[in-house]
Amino acid sequence: MSAYEFVDHSYDVVVVGAGGAGLRATFGLANSGLSVACVTKVFPTRSHTVAAQGGISAALGNMGQDDWRWHMYDTIKGSDWLGDQDAIEFMCKEAPAAILELEHYGLPFSRTEEGKIYQRPFGGMTTQYGTGPAAQRTCAAADRTGHAMLHTLYQQALKHEAQFFIEYFAVDLIMENGECRGVVAVDMATGKIHRFRAHMVVLATGGYGRAYFSCTSAHTCTGDGGGMVLRAGLPMQDMEFVQFHPTGIYGSGCLITEGARGEGGILRNSKGEAFMERYAPSAKNLASRDVVSRAMTIEIREGRGVGAEQDHIFLHLEHLGAKVLQEKLPGISETAKIFAGVDVTKQPIPVLPTVHYNMGGIPTNIHGEVVTLKDGNPDSVVPGLMAVGEAACVSVHGANRLGSNSLLDLVIFGREAARHCAEVVKPGRRHKPLAADAGDLAISRIDRYRNAKGELKTSKIRLDMQRVMQNHAAVFRTGESLQEGVDKLDKVIDSFGSVNVSDRGLVWNTDLIETLELDNLLGQAAATISSALNRKESRGAHAREDFPNRDDANWMKHTLSWVDARGKVSLDTRPVHMYTLTDDVEVVPPKARVY
Amino acid sequence: MNQEVTSATNLSRMRWHCRRGMRELDVLLTRYLETTYNQSTPIQQQAFADLLDLQDPVIMAYVIGKETPVRPEIADVIRQLTRVGS
Repeated sequence: MSAYEFVDHSYDVVVVGAGGAGLRATFGLANSGLSVACVTKVFPTRSHTVAAQGGISAALGNMGQDDWRWHMYDTIKGSDWLGDQDAIEFMCKEAPAAILELEHYGLPFSRTEEGKIYQRPFGGMTTQYGTGPAAQRTCAAADRTGHAMLHTLYQQALKHEAQFFIEYFAVDLIMENGECRGVVAVDMATGKIHRFRAHMVVLATGGYGRAYFSCTSAHTCTGDGGGMVLRAGLPMQDMEFVQFHPTGIYGSGCLITEGARGEGGILRNSKGEAFMERYAPSAKNLASRDVVSRAMTIEIREGRGVGAEQDHIFLHLEHLGAKVLQEKLPGISETAKIFAGVDVTKQPIPVLPTVHYNMGGIPTNIHGEVVTLKDGNPDSVVPGLMAVGEAACVSVHGANRLGSNSLLDLVIFGREAARHCAEVVKPGRRHKPLAADAGDLAISRIDRYRNAKGELKTSKIRLDMQRVMQNHAAVFRTGESLQEGVDKLDKVIDSFGSVNVSDRGLVWNTDLIETLELDNLLGQAAATISSALNRKESRGAHAREDFPNRDDANWMKHTLSWVDARGKVSLDTRPVHMYTLTDDVEVVPPKARVY
Repeated sequence: MNQEVTSATNLSRMRWHCRRGMRELDVLLTRYLETTYNQSTPIQQQAFADLLDLQDPVIMAYVIGKETPVRPEIADVIRQLTRVGS
């Protein structure tokens, strides 16, 4: 290992990732007087949080009566009773205060005429425990909520003197006797390898949408924290729960808004049939995301897909006319033209159910501390390690996330992780010396991939993985199709041993970085498909054709998945928290999830 | 370091800077870099580099025609980025 030298750093806390969750944690930590470094592979305002346009939920009650308990009820129902009720209580109760804090820090929320934060309705958000009218609970900063949030939090973090290490790619955790001692990262601009020692490492690395062929997430969403956790011998949780959006543009994954169907868009198969009439006779094209995605997938599987490969569906808007398109769906014409090459007044848009959000992630408790199943204890805390945001599974979204709850998740648990660190980490506490082999795992992987002389390009292996996941672990799931997928993915993982990295340097070696990212994706793809094969029920986003019903007696539990270095998955479970944090609210007992 | 290495490193760096928060921009900027950048004039190349320094929502507004760039060179790059089938 002598060819590589470490640049060493010591901080009270190191945060990996600078999206909404990472920046909220970084700012909170710096504000509490701890020394904090934020290590991020992309510039903070270029994190995928920037794409969140919808808004952030909180029962402020600015537009009519609201109650955090109603928000909690909606979130539990949305989760199809897989969410942990203590965590959901915490998130919904803390939401109003956390939003007012963001306002105070300068986030420019849209306002009502009286100057209050404006709130709009969003799918699944109701009042009176689902019996009242739709709630107006979602706060937004025009159509740039995510960007405004990143900008506000980044400025606050800088003001409080957090140190940013930008365009540093985190490679692996430094683990010592089951405890996390820090993280190793490559400075992409210089190729130097940095070793960050910390009393606490907070992973805020986002989702792993890129494991699939068609995803709406940015290219940067490769779940690097999840990969690091798996290599540290720790489990991921509920990876089978992946949310799909029905209308991603075929090929590019770019989103066509739900509004397109709202305004009268029609999905048709290769026979020109408006097939949604068969699957949802009353709601038709306006049925919920999971229902529409499943119908589209069945049409494709039964040979009625469109295109040369018969592997997608057409969304028709031509009949709406240029005037309606212009007035009601601004930007759609441009998006379709640029990303699908079609004139929407004359041609249909090719679309495909597209991965939108990962409910699964690194298991944590409500403070963001990473937990694992150890010696029979399902809540055994991993010392020195935390996770927040889409990278984590607290679990507030359970089997299905509601719109505008993801930005809330980032803010609440980023904030709580910082608060908890301030409680348990004393500023400036001395660090024990690291073990002699600290950082060797990262170095050995960098060295192996940098010198990889196989015959397969990283992009080829990535595409193979994405196709297996899209064909076998997407919306349509049966024991048979999943088993076939597990076998195919095994072969893809084996083929990774024959990867070829052309650039042997370390400075701006994007080929190497993309190979390290692929390694992270492969582990999580394996966890996802094996967890999906194992769960013999349908719940939330996980729909099994061979087990169409929810089975609370046998499956109201979280899946834990460990993946070894050869891609072999082992599974276990943790109980769902069917208890609340306080006496302020009662447990919501399970019932059918009907809207 | 010879010129060729420098230029390869520079391209690799730009490739990373085409990594954005929005998938739409990932797709357009990467495609431009891979298919068009090398054949562009130095002025266009500089305009592209400047474009990469802008915030995602600003570039997106240019792309879908919601706003128009003040600098004609940037407007030119946006036209090339969004040219169908390029």
